[in-house]
Amino acid sequence: MMDMWQNIILTIATAATPLLIAALGELVVERSGVLNLGVEGMMIMGAVTGFAVALATGNPWLGMIGAIIIGSLFSLLFGFLVLSIATNQVATGLSLTLLGIGLSGMIGEEFVGEPGVKLSNIEIPGLVDIPLVGRLLFGQDPIFYISIALVFGVMWFLFKTRTGLTLRSVGDNHDSAHALGIPVLRYRYFAVMFGGACAGLAGAHLTLVYTPQWIENMTSGRGWIALALVVFASWRPLRLLAGAYLFGAVSIGQLHAQALGLGIPSQFLSSLPYLATIVVLVIISTNRRLTLMNTPACLGKPFVPAR
Amino acid sequence: MKKMILALAASAVMGLGVSAAEAKTKACFIYVGPIGDFGWSYQHDRGRLDVEEALGDEVETAYLESVPEGPDAERALERFARSGCNIIFATSFGYMDQVNQVAADFPDVKFEHATGYKREHPNVSTYNSKFHEGRYVQGQIAASVSDAGVAGYIASFPIPEVVMGINSFILGAQSVNPDFELKVVWVNTWFDPSKEGDAAKALIDQGADIITQHTDSTAPMQVAAERGVKAFGQASDMIDFGKETQLTSIIDDWGPYYIERVKAVIEGDWEQVDVWDGMTEGHVVMAPYTNMPEDVKKLAMDTEAKIKAGEFDPFTGPITKQDGTEWLKEGEVADIGTLLGMNFYVKGVDDELPQ
Repeated sequence: MMDMWQNIILTIATAATPLLIAALGELVVERSGVLNLGVEGMMIMGAVTGFAVALATGNPWLGMIGAIIIGSLFSLLFGFLVLSIATNQVATGLSLTLLGIGLSGMIGEEFVGEPGVKLSNIEIPGLVDIPLVGRLLFGQDPIFYISIALVFGVMWFLFKTRTGLTLRSVGDNHDSAHALGIPVLRYRYFAVMFGGACAGLAGAHLTLVYTPQWIENMTSGRGWIALALVVFASWRPLRLLAGAYLFGAVSIGQLHAQALGLGIPSQFLSSLPYLATIVVLVIISTNRRLTLMNTPACLGKPFVPAR
Repeated sequence: MKKMILALAASAVMGLGVSAAEAKTKACFIYVGPIGDFGWSYQHDRGRLDVEEALGDEVETAYLESVPEGPDAERALERFARSGCNIIFATSFGYMDQVNQVAADFPDVKFEHATGYKREHPNVSTYNSKFHEGRYVQGQIAASVSDAGVAGYIASFPIPEVVMGINSFILGAQSVNPDFELKVVWVNTWFDPSKEGDAAKALIDQGADIITQHTDSTAPMQVAAERGVKAFGQASDMIDFGKETQLTSIIDDWGPYYIERVKAVIEGDWEQVDVWDGMTEGHVVMAPYTNMPEDVKKLAMDTEAKIKAGEFDPFTGPITKQDGTEWLKEGEVADIGTLLGMNFYVKGVDDELPQ
């Protein structure tokens, strides 16, 4: 019984980790005032890169690093278009997603049907055997630890450092920031690249930890869920952590409810994670002041300095 | 989606230039998943390649992958019909209504719909394979090698095809162990590797030591391998994902049918059919029996041989429905109509069928 609960918790953590990482990246991007709808595309590019590099070198760590690099390079394409040429962010982000899905399918064609290399767990002897939480806290895959570190890292950066404050000011009012001599576009470029790196890492989690294999379109909409989570969390990292795990818990919980034979219609159970998202979004939006306080005021607005 | 749009655009452009080379017969395929799923759509695409290989210069093929079931399929079908396809294979159950709608507008184009049952126009054929024959064999294997006496079944959508598979599996299992238990998890998708993997984990956590799936990716096999339980592959031979895990796999071999039908179009003698072939015709093939004791292997091969020879049908009475009422009397064999519209479980399935 204890084992079962431990396994359930672990499965939830695995399901939540890619969502959390991708959403954290997007959170920083949006805090800088840029809306990048290309998360799904960057994620799938990271997934295929991680898989390919790990397979070619036999080293999943290199796969992970490769995914981070490709993710950020891919986001740079988006950055160039929306920041330097000031194209429409929504349209550009969408095309980034479509491009990523198509491109990754093409790159990954030869890897279909090949088992991948798994990133092995980091286990701390002794502590791993603590009942219920031992494996969760001391015996997980490296990307899980990175994801938790990232939550607190991003929190510290956004709210405790001067650079973080500047980044938020760029997202809230780019004209004032510009007038103060802050290089708005440079901040946004770095934010976008951080978002890309995170999405790439989240993708690598899918092909190196979650299901170590390459299958076309295997992100199956997780990038979109990550985008929703950012709003869900009202642009706060800790709420994002809660949201990602809530989402993971509901989606894994419904599978268990079915296997237990509770007699609840499976269609209803499958829609639970999305219902939960809607409910939380409604609750958040009823408090208008709170929403406005956290929403980056310049989100999605192009900035052209010469004007 | 992007690929689909690209392919649609490409086929539109190609459509302009196709009239010059009218001599070739054009066979077009619509897949519900990516051809790289290594499962359902992958096998259909293998069938397409078989057509190219067998008929060579006489034929030209095209395909669209990841076409969602529903209204999008209508656009894809129409585009194909307009672009000069002579025969269109729509390879998923959910394209059923769209195939019949589009077929009405293009009486000269032949439509072949996989796993459906509606043939509203003379230019629509349906074809399917008796996958449940393989599922029965799998059920027998599962009950023989399982220590826990519990198997987990990852199911996609509650359509007759899938329900039939579940029933056949439990009947096979009960023929070996009458108390065998089957847990079913519906994931409501044909293809989502992570979700399928999560479902496998949930089933294993709840005591199943055999995993079988009616979804299209290799993820459940991989999870089973990781957790050290046994599993059955789906649609293609997935042995590479579980060398010590896969017991066998039901392989869909669509090639022979596709070649036959395209040939019929070339020769001008295509006629509406409703094909439901199985092991006998070689449309359902079992992957090598692995990771099981010799006596189980023999049992499986015997059953397979009997089904192949037409001596045995998995749905032979006595069979009781889940609600306790009698379905088939001793020796009675299920009629095709009931099977193709199957919307009930037989006794022994630990699940409530979503309606």
